[in-house]
Amino acid sequence: MLSKLGILFIIGTLFTSLSIIFLTFKELKVINNLIPPKIYKFSLFQLFFSISSFFILLLAYILSDFSLVNVYENSHSNKPLFYKISGTWGNHEGSLLLWINILVLFSSLFLFLTKNSDKSFKIYTLLFQNLLIITFLIFLLTNSNPFSELFPVPLEGLGLNPILQDPALAIHPPLLYIGFVGSSIYFSAALAALISKIDSQSFAISIKSWVLVSWFFQTVGILVGSIWAYYELGWGGYWFWDPVENSSLMPWFVMTALLHSILVLERRIGLYSWVIVLSILTFTMSVTGTFLVRSGILNSVHTFASDPSRGLFILSFLVLMVFSSIFIFFKFSPKENKKYSVFSKEAFIIANNWFMIFFLGVVLIGTLYPVLLDTITGSKISVGPPYYNLILAPFLIPLLFLMTSGPNYKWISNEVRSLFNLVLVLSVTFFLITFFLIKENNLLINLILFFSIYLITQTLFDFYQSFKKKNINISRIISHLGFGLLIFFIYINHIFSVENNFNLKLGETKKTDYYTIKFVNLEEQSIKNYKSIIGYFNVSNKKNFTSKELRPEIRVYDKPFTITYEASINSNLFSDTYLTMSNISDTDVFNIKFQVKPFMNLIWLSVLLLSLGGVLNFFKRKKDEKN
Amino acid sequence: MKNIIKALILFLLIFSESYGDENLSNQILKNLRCLVCQGQTVHDSNSDFALTIKSVVKDKIKEGNNEREIYTFLSEKYGDWILLNPPFKKSSFLLWFLPYLLFFFGYYFFIFLDKKTKNWTLK
Amino acid sequence: MKKINYIIISVLFSLLFIVLYLSLGNEKIYNTQDLVGKKISEVEINLFQSNETFNTKELTNNEFTILNFWASWCAPCRKEHPNLVRLSKIKNLKLIGINFKDEKDNARNFLRENGNPFDILGEDKNGKNSVNFGVYGIPETILIDSELKILKKYIGPLNINDVNEIRKIVKK
Repeated sequence: MLSKLGILFIIGTLFTSLSIIFLTFKELKVINNLIPPKIYKFSLFQLFFSISSFFILLLAYILSDFSLVNVYENSHSNKPLFYKISGTWGNHEGSLLLWINILVLFSSLFLFLTKNSDKSFKIYTLLFQNLLIITFLIFLLTNSNPFSELFPVPLEGLGLNPILQDPALAIHPPLLYIGFVGSSIYFSAALAALISKIDSQSFAISIKSWVLVSWFFQTVGILVGSIWAYYELGWGGYWFWDPVENSSLMPWFVMTALLHSILVLERRIGLYSWVIVLSILTFTMSVTGTFLVRSGILNSVHTFASDPSRGLFILSFLVLMVFSSIFIFFKFSPKENKKYSVFSKEAFIIANNWFMIFFLGVVLIGTLYPVLLDTITGSKISVGPPYYNLILAPFLIPLLFLMTSGPNYKWISNEVRSLFNLVLVLSVTFFLITFFLIKENNLLINLILFFSIYLITQTLFDFYQSFKKKNINISRIISHLGFGLLIFFIYINHIFSVENNFNLKLGETKKTDYYTIKFVNLEEQSIKNYKSIIGYFNVSNKKNFTSKELRPEIRVYDKPFTITYEASINSNLFSDTYLTMSNISDTDVFNIKFQVKPFMNLIWLSVLLLSLGGVLNFFKRKKDEKN
Repeated sequence: MKNIIKALILFLLIFSESYGDENLSNQILKNLRCLVCQGQTVHDSNSDFALTIKSVVKDKIKEGNNEREIYTFLSEKYGDWILLNPPFKKSSFLLWFLPYLLFFFGYYFFIFLDKKTKNWTLK
Repeated sequence: MKKINYIIISVLFSLLFIVLYLSLGNEKIYNTQDLVGKKISEVEINLFQSNETFNTKELTNNEFTILNFWASWCAPCRKEHPNLVRLSKIKNLKLIGINFKDEKDNARNFLRENGNPFDILGEDKNGKNSVNFGVYGIPETILIDSELKILKKYIGPLNINDVNEIRKIVKK
């Protein structure tokens, strides 16, 4: 029943999308400046159908309707309601439906919210966006249908991978999808801008909000994914340079570059072609990432059911997308009229693009190189964290420096310059204090620490200045401060992380340099969908005599049968104490991994600060529009 | 000035708790891929294979081998796949070289873009 | 100029996509087959029955040698054992068994039940020595020649086709 209804709504979406394509085609020949109400109506219907199909799948999950293969394979009636809901997008088919919903949502929002724009630009954007929607609908219907029926109807489902039953991971995919699927709208708009030949400024204005929205969600999405990896995967790291993580980072770099170059394009036209290339590149990177993750050509920590036929489809789509973009770009590439010169303070913003594209390049090379090498020569190599750290870290220094001095380049008058030096003096002082405390002798790390302190001090100073001067960009200050803090805390965290591995029996005590860990108690519990073995540990600090109780768990899920190791984390603003235990088979000894990780929460907060800048910029824009 | 003092005090408080540093064996194990796990490092895995490699690495350190020698030994036995830090050789030449090439070409490209914005302004 | 750029970019992307397409059909699970053609290391192996050791250097006396890593607790090993017995009948091929992380009694019982095809039986109590041979899971079988060069590597249980393949190689 639900299956038929779902398919009906999908067909409805397909039909309305086709109608929109047909109507926009017809409309291209009509010369006036009015988009017919019909198109608006169809867009609304399309949105209705697509959201309904998603709700049908959601309902099937909530009701545990196992007549749907998708629900049977990924759910179980014993599962808590929250995870039944999040199970909807926790698998390939369901997430594809979510993907389509976001394409449709952005299509409608663009149509309804973009005002005062050139008609043919809007019509073309809608046309391209709906072509994307159609392609993914065909993919869904032919290859990955979440509404496929199962007969006879099984009594019970197979259950969701317990590692995915987690609040952070429940909201992670929707956030990330709004981010990188949202970038489709400026992909379509860029192609439309080329064909309809609108001027660069109105293009910049019409896509800026969309870039900000997708950038914000992408940032927060990556953050949530990182936090999840930190506490769920149980080894205390938060970024592994894993292919799956890289594919969420690649669009982020392009979005960040785009965000900065749009600032230039709003006032100058020289970057028009480049901004168009970036707009196209963002969504291309999103699809490339999806291809890498779903086709299974990469070896990754993050389990994602993969299947070569899916890979083939996404690859074909990618080929089609890239070549038609290249074709349209070269056929319609904008002619930029020469006008007289004034001055350039944008050099620094462009330098941002230089670094972002470089970072993108490195991550892309690191991710694809092993695949290409294996295919061409047959030899297999791994590219892991050491590679990225070695190549990327040195480039943080010039980046941090440009972020510090760049934005102030123009408005520093002589009177401020003396204060500007105060910033430098303060930074040096702060750095020397830090240096004295950490006693790190690696030159590179010290340089990175110094330049991040310099950036932090400078942005704080700018913040103080912004109360005096009205023309300072507060969103820039917040984001750059967030970035400076992020780099600073990542390195401090790296330097001061402590890790101890040892075996312990119940009742035993382990003494490390600074801590005493006592294995106090062991308890078994039966929870709704799993059995749990809980260890009670008492961790006391030898220096300040504080003690904490930590309770790591070993969970045994039966549907599907999986064992997970839940870390126990005692977290405060300055330091996390992290403990995981795992049983050693056939013995009563447990392997304990004990970690002290300083500043974890400050790392998360820095990323939030970084994304907050985007939010501020978004609302500032809305305010500017009203005035 | 008050704020600075506050910040200083805060800093001192934070760092009054001091921590030890990572030892060599952990650092090596973090750079090794666990062959039987999905994309995990040997360090993070408790699989049988990982446990064996862990004790072999510890033995090798005791015997006085340095980091590089241990990597060479393991890559001879299991192939370069086990090393998360790809060694510099003919097959990985481009992997190490391309990023720098990209960076320097990027410079000229963005100088070019910058000139464009200098010459062409809107109003 | 524009046309040249157009062509260059299109060609580059085409090449990339072709390689990605080819990679779709590739084997994704890693194995150590790359090591075929290299020599095995010369190391001491503890003998199962006595406290003596035996050096792989001595294998240069044999025309062909098979190194088989097995344990009584490993179910696939039980499955492949009859094939090892078949191989033990080939004259110019010596079989070295290395008992991996096992209890001695269990291993003895295993051989009593299934027959002992090995010319020399060694043991690796903690699994560390097997690292010298690049073993990462058992059963694993390595075929070497008199120069200690690896001719074939079988990861997982030997089946009857593998036995025939080995026969062919040894006959040449």
